[in-house]
Amino acid sequence: MTIQPDPRDLAVHEEPSHAHHVTSVYVYEAPVRLWHWINALALVVLAVTGYFIGSPLHSTGGEAIEHFLMGYIRFAHFAAAYIFAIGFLVRIYWAFVGNHHARQLFTLPLWNANWWKDIVFELKWYLFLEKEPKKYIGHNPLAHFVMFFVFTLGTAFMIASGFALYGEGAGHDSLQWSTFGWMTAIFPNTQDLHTWHHVGMWVFVLFAMIHIYAAIREDIMSRQSMVSTMISGERMFKDNRP
Amino acid sequence: MAELETFYDVIRRQGISRRSFLKFCSLAAASMGLGPAFAPKIAHAMETKPRIPVVWIHGLECTCCSESFIRSAHPLAKDVILSMISLDYDPVIMAAAGDQAEAALEDTITKYKGNYILAVEGNPPLNEDGMFCIVGGKPFVEQLRHAAKDAMAVISWGSCASWGCVQAAAPNPTQATPVHKVITDKPIIKVPGCPPIAEVMTGIVTYLLTFGTLPEMDRQGRPKMFYSQRIHDKCYRRPHFDAGQFVEQWDDEAARKGYCLYKMGCKGPTTYNACSTTRWNEGVSFPIQSGHGCIGCSEDGFWDKGSFYDRLTTIPQFGVESTADTVGLTAAGAAGAAIATHAAISAVKRARAGGTNDKSE
Repeated sequence: MTIQPDPRDLAVHEEPSHAHHVTSVYVYEAPVRLWHWINALALVVLAVTGYFIGSPLHSTGGEAIEHFLMGYIRFAHFAAAYIFAIGFLVRIYWAFVGNHHARQLFTLPLWNANWWKDIVFELKWYLFLEKEPKKYIGHNPLAHFVMFFVFTLGTAFMIASGFALYGEGAGHDSLQWSTFGWMTAIFPNTQDLHTWHHVGMWVFVLFAMIHIYAAIREDIMSRQSMVSTMISGERMFKDNRP
Repeated sequence: MAELETFYDVIRRQGISRRSFLKFCSLAAASMGLGPAFAPKIAHAMETKPRIPVVWIHGLECTCCSESFIRSAHPLAKDVILSMISLDYDPVIMAAAGDQAEAALEDTITKYKGNYILAVEGNPPLNEDGMFCIVGGKPFVEQLRHAAKDAMAVISWGSCASWGCVQAAAPNPTQATPVHKVITDKPIIKVPGCPPIAEVMTGIVTYLLTFGTLPEMDRQGRPKMFYSQRIHDKCYRRPHFDAGQFVEQWDDEAARKGYCLYKMGCKGPTTYNACSTTRWNEGVSFPIQSGHGCIGCSEDGFWDKGSFYDRLTTIPQFGVESTADTVGLTAAGAAGAAIATHAAISAVKRARAGGTNDKSE
């Protein structure tokens, strides 16, 4: 497969006459990058505080009036949750107004046979069955697949289940309950909602581990930049072969 | 249709004079903030409003709902049964037995068609055509369908009728089924709990009598006035939760001090009931107050959600049950090991290939 830079990517960046010499493409616009790092930070706070809500630290002593530890931990969780949720909404908005790479998290080219073929190719690449990786401007198809099913759907589930749980405490007349209380129709005993929200935390821990590993590995092994791309927005290619 | 005894009839039958009755109506109007003109209206309502006939049937259950009900203090169960409602059939507490009792049921169903309330304690088993629960020589499910057909509304007493409870716990050999899955064409009020709180039970009956309509209910069909908040929301130990003060072991200092039972698996944060406000036995206590965590007995499928001492549901996998954290940690460990191995192989491959991207450019 030859890598054909999308003319839309080049237009903002290089003269079309230099298209065949392109070594760098502007992929992730500033709002996407900013969101990525804010979201990463929010996720770290959410996972750590969430874990300590599920399995609290060792008991404090003395009188209840002297401490508010669980209160602070829960506050941090809820505050980070709002940043996570509002960030996701802004990110969805950016999928509409940003460049076409911004839409990749939310769309799947399910009817594109080449996309499926490339998923298999990427799997083989990760299983050391391919000698040389392909070039991709956005996410590679396998990453795209995982991003959508684990990250995007996972985020939606965590937001919906999280706000439903928040609504339990905020009361049945709260905004959170009226917007996400329907989750209890799926999980009538909210103990299950707590359980799956908790499992969701582990899914995100696993996702983060694999995501960071894959990004660093690809940065070294693939033919394009990875880590710096999420900082500068530029996808740099190490060679000019297709 | 036969004449129904009105409240006024009952009041007179209990030896209260008409003069006292009218005084009561004036007082009632005043206490509700209504003008003097409402006193005759209340008197009229009391004189004309019939006592609601109630038929109380028993399926697969342990009678703990009835046991709870008869302990109601506000109002007293005797006042509910003898004055407020007309309890026409309840094999557990009625004097009649055998054919006489069954005749009373038929009598009520035909006489008060569409005007009686059906209270169901327990649930019908559907397996083997319902043969696991026989009442009056017939499967209970038939009695339930028959009595529900002409009922005004159905009250599902307790977790059995509401969710299925212990007899519906996996693998549920008798296929015990909650009432709302068998009776689908009648309004159903779920009053879950194993048993429900006595005052909640009589409170719902009182509501039905006073207002003649069903109480406001939540998404799952439970009356909001008793089931809209979790035990945790009104728990008197909640300040210890917010402070991070937890009982770590049943016999530790924290347990003596009455700290929060969250870490002992208290299900208060996921249980909707009125225990922490109404309490039990005339407001004497409730489980958390006596030092044990809530087991979530009023929640859907509470028998199948793992240990009573775990806050999270156990996750079955490969025949072994495990908690979310065990699954998560195992998966994270496996992923970490896989990543390390993968990274090592990647490094070796790359070193063998010449280290750098020499062949490029």
